[in-house]
Amino acid sequence: MKLKNISVASYLTLIYLFFYIPIGVLIIYSFNQAQYSLLWHGFSWRWYQELFADQSLWLAVWHSLVLGILSSSLATMVGLFAAVCLYRYRFFGRQLLYGVLFILILSPEIVMGIALLILFSLIKMPLGFISLLMAHTTFCIPFVAVTAYSRLVSVDKYIFEAAKDLGANDWMTLTSIILPLLWPALLAGWLLSFTLSIDDVMISYFVVGPEFEILPLKIYSMVRVGIKPEINALCTVLFFITLSCIVMYQLLLRKKT
Amino acid sequence: MVELRGVYKSINGHEILQDIRLEVRHGEFLTLLGPSGCGKTTLLRLISGFEEPSSGTIYINNKDVSGLPPHRRHVHTVFQSYALFPHMTVFENVAFGLRCQRLAKTEIQTRVTEALKMVKLEAYASRKPDQLSGGQQQRVAIARAVVNRPLVLLLDEPLSSLDYRLRKMMQLELKQLQRKLGITFIFVTHDQEEALSMADRVVIMNEGRLEQVGTPRQVYEGPQNLTVAKFIGEGNIFDSEILAIDGKYITVDIQGRKRIAKSHRPFSSGQKVHVLVRPEDMRVWGQSEIEDSSELFPGVIEEVTYKGTTVDLMVRLACNKLIAATKFFDEDNDRLEYTIGQPVWVTWPSGWEVILPHEAG
Amino acid sequence: MKQDSSFRSFSLSLVWIWLVLFALLPFALVFVAGFLSHDNDQLLSLPVTLANFFQLHHSLYLRIFEKSLWMAGLSTLVCLLLGYPFAYAIARIQSPIKHFLILLVIIPFWTSSLIRSYSLIAIVKTKGLLNTLLISLGIISHPLPILFTNTAVLIGLVYNLLPFMILPILTNVEQLDNQLIDAARDLGANRFTTLLRIILPLTMPGILAGCILVFLPAMTIFYIPDILGGAKSVLVGNLIQDQFLIAQNWPFGSAISVVLTILLALLILIYWRSTRGEEQEWP
Repeated sequence: MKLKNISVASYLTLIYLFFYIPIGVLIIYSFNQAQYSLLWHGFSWRWYQELFADQSLWLAVWHSLVLGILSSSLATMVGLFAAVCLYRYRFFGRQLLYGVLFILILSPEIVMGIALLILFSLIKMPLGFISLLMAHTTFCIPFVAVTAYSRLVSVDKYIFEAAKDLGANDWMTLTSIILPLLWPALLAGWLLSFTLSIDDVMISYFVVGPEFEILPLKIYSMVRVGIKPEINALCTVLFFITLSCIVMYQLLLRKKT
Repeated sequence: MVELRGVYKSINGHEILQDIRLEVRHGEFLTLLGPSGCGKTTLLRLISGFEEPSSGTIYINNKDVSGLPPHRRHVHTVFQSYALFPHMTVFENVAFGLRCQRLAKTEIQTRVTEALKMVKLEAYASRKPDQLSGGQQQRVAIARAVVNRPLVLLLDEPLSSLDYRLRKMMQLELKQLQRKLGITFIFVTHDQEEALSMADRVVIMNEGRLEQVGTPRQVYEGPQNLTVAKFIGEGNIFDSEILAIDGKYITVDIQGRKRIAKSHRPFSSGQKVHVLVRPEDMRVWGQSEIEDSSELFPGVIEEVTYKGTTVDLMVRLACNKLIAATKFFDEDNDRLEYTIGQPVWVTWPSGWEVILPHEAG
Repeated sequence: MKQDSSFRSFSLSLVWIWLVLFALLPFALVFVAGFLSHDNDQLLSLPVTLANFFQLHHSLYLRIFEKSLWMAGLSTLVCLLLGYPFAYAIARIQSPIKHFLILLVIIPFWTSSLIRSYSLIAIVKTKGLLNTLLISLGIISHPLPILFTNTAVLIGLVYNLLPFMILPILTNVEQLDNQLIDAARDLGANRFTTLLRIILPLTMPGILAGCILVFLPAMTIFYIPDILGGAKSVLVGNLIQDQFLIAQNWPFGSAISVVLTILLALLILIYWRSTRGEEQEWP
């Protein structure tokens, strides 16, 4: 059976290498002294320095962060409400709500992008920060809703009845019971949304305005032009931001199981 | 204190409760007893306000509570799973209802401490529920409900997840607590022994109907129909016919023998009835102990089960009827040795049986 | 129970208003736009027409659809072949290292696929890592032109979407009742039969889910063909992208999206139907 274990382990390793070598190369070359060569010319912070000096890039980073934080927070609030309503109440159109959330998760981003573009142009909303905010919040909501709902389901359902029995109205139940019990899931949902927002290309592509630059689109336009070493540095930075969010997200989900 | 008039409840087209008429007196310990699915929990939820009746009215303290949410009815529920808030300490759990009422901090402090003292948990005030045992959690649940001074306390099978010893202990404690507080308790259980031992009055329910309401003694010794009789305690049921009636003395025909029984209920001559005899009322005599056997039923012992305090016998009578008899050890019968296959004579003291109207099935 | 709950009204309204406005309405608008026309002043204008849908019949566009279907299908297949054994192996691991291994799959899953696609460039370009490696190993003598070909796009799609195949299958295999496999062995099935008759059918929901999660994006992501395939590579995603932002032909772009969505909805329906028999808790 040892042979089988070795071949399984080798196969797994190969696939993991497949996943991580390109990223690894990217990270390594972001520290490469030379500009275009494949050979290692020595360790250098040069590209990071050029990165930090690039004002327009900083602006894009700032924009993406603000956008990410705001849209995640909004999405967390709406997603929480959606999860609570679906869990606690019977209402007309409940199945439809499930359906809409389901569609939002599954629908191709390009369709969402053009759909929102059509909407915004129809209501004559100028494309810029607000349109991006609405768009990002919308596609993040279902992810928060799912995370929050799964957590709600794992709680003893009689707790809500006990709260009602003791005189708590729904707002009090929200603040005294739901929020304290759910906060790891909500934070996880927030982190997930933040990651999705920071990395989104396709939806943002359609609803972004000329004035408001965001990071992923900046990277996209830079990449289309050609390889520049600063891109390596930029991607590395973005990668590590995402990485820390994901690790935190996983840890939070694991909390209090 | 609590009155239900003509209450019906249907859920999704199924009739869960039919024509419930019940009066619960102030300060009494009432038990709702019945098999699973008989509607007792639904009835509790109707009183507490988590469900509304399909028709009929519910009065609490002479006030019609239709449409009122749970906390406005001044009744509180102790849930089967206790439903303690896992992220709050014992103190905060018990204080929750008082906080919802916006009472002053000092008053909350006093009342919570008082409630915790009553359930003997004041040392555990800063613990979290997962640090407590099942019995302790249960007491917190009770304290949490009782601290709000409800008019009625509703308990939904609160002891069912405890082990035997703890259950017995809690039964006593609950009974003492109830007497001390003087609040009306309505207690739901499917365990008839529990119901009989704790209640001032028992309500027997079956398939959405109230079968009988009475003190434990009334219900045990005088069941009104076959359903109640079969549910409470063990019983031997004889199918019989009334031969003659003389006041409260009724002559019935059991297995060819005439017996005289007592009943206050109106029967008519020739009516088909069931005669119920409890196993502990059966007398079983060995062949050698009897001289005059004309009044006795002959039988053969089929099973002997030694239970420590009692010996349970299964005796096969002539014409194939199997009956159960329970013999207690006492000064007269300190040996109680029976063997399988032993021929015996069976009887019971006249007047100790119960006559019930015949029911099909 | 009719409760006078301001929270309920508030939250339901908030959720419904947001979702209707930003989810239902936009999708409905796309559908409607597919039937509209456009002119120089207005992006969407009135005469309602089916012309956009007929335009799709043009062989140019049909070829693009065909190519996209082909690429998406091929990537799905490759992902399945690579991903299934991987997911299966990981799911069966007992030791605590498993959580870490799964995390290592989740990281690429959630990392920006733009970055990941970009990182592939350095690998597949003419003077890239892959070619250099192959030449130095003596396997080939001239560098393979991979970048800016369909192969690069395929590699890019597989690279980005493989985790989407792995994770559903992994979840499914984890839920497999080991006793079923043991029972099969006990009754005399060899490894192959067990795989074919027991394991594959039971993991079919995971396989289907994985296939959908790969196929849908593979059909519609436009930046992967853009970056790795260059100007020559036009798939459905790029087509829609062009119609909206360059050609300014919104109705046509919408029509393409509608057809695409219907196609994808059909796939989801097939999946849903096939998992009907099971107890599905949302989600």
